[in-house]
Amino acid sequence: MGYVRQFVLFWYDFLVGDAWDIAAGVVVALAVLAVVARAQPGAGALLGPLLALAVVALTWLSLRRELRR
Amino acid sequence: MSGLLLVSASFLASGVEFVEALTIILASGLTRGWRSSLLGAAAATVVLAVVVAFFGVALVDTISLSALQLVIGVFLLVFGLQWLRKAILRYAGLKAQHDEDAILREEMAALRQAGAVVRSGIDWPGFVVSFKGVLLEGLEVAFIVITFGASAEAQAASVGGLRGIPLAAGSALVALLIVAAAGVALHRPLAAVPENTMKFVVGLMLSAFGTFWAAEGVGVDWPGADLWIVLLLGCYALASWAMIAALRRTAPAAAAQGAH
Repeated sequence: MGYVRQFVLFWYDFLVGDAWDIAAGVVVALAVLAVVARAQPGAGALLGPLLALAVVALTWLSLRRELRR
Repeated sequence: MSGLLLVSASFLASGVEFVEALTIILASGLTRGWRSSLLGAAAATVVLAVVVAFFGVALVDTISLSALQLVIGVFLLVFGLQWLRKAILRYAGLKAQHDEDAILREEMAALRQAGAVVRSGIDWPGFVVSFKGVLLEGLEVAFIVITFGASAEAQAASVGGLRGIPLAAGSALVALLIVAAAGVALHRPLAAVPENTMKFVVGLMLSAFGTFWAAEGVGVDWPGADLWIVLLLGCYALASWAMIAALRRTAPAAAAQGAH
């Protein structure tokens, strides 16, 4: 295995670990949040709590996935 | 307020990792000799200090505030949720608890297989195991010190006259001194330290800070500013306890297996 591959795998495991679904979900949630924040500047006060809800939902879904494994 | 939270998170996260590193140093020292084990740990500490100094300064000096908030927020959130998820699984009995005594026994058995111990000069198996152990555990400390330090810098949060990376590194150093002193005094792993509780609390803190920063990074305003970090902490704690209770209820058989 090449050093580059090992290097990438190490950092993937370090940052993402076995919860790739949480990492992907966080990125998608933030992308959606960024689009909405630009389109609806007045909705600012609601968007933060919505992200928190998304974080809780992502964690629960990831735990359920772990349970099924 | 956020300064104190940053210091607490940095201290707790570093403490947990140092407890794990101490077990590896002990295993190496008890089987391969203290000289090589401590030299390996010292070499890894120097590498980590360089990493923190270099990347910490580079991050704070070269990236704009909103990009810094987003980068730090995403990393903290992903990293924190990883810790939180594991801690929840352990509380629910679906993942084995971290057992420092068992890890010490396993490491010592592996190190005894590494051939005769070199008494004069450096014993390389002892040096390498200690170096790798401290480097890998310490990398998580470095990551947290850099991200929290950069957060403290951008928020102008200060405690006791310290701010930024020195503030986060200072709390990690205090954790290091306490764990090292306990290790020297006891000469055995700190198995009584409630590692899962500490990881749970750190996971909550990283996730709360991560949510706050990542949202600010994409242009969201939090009315009440820093107060939201405390609110997020409380909400995530409640949600986590509810998840633990639900997991215990829905998967008692799996929990019974995971507890062994």
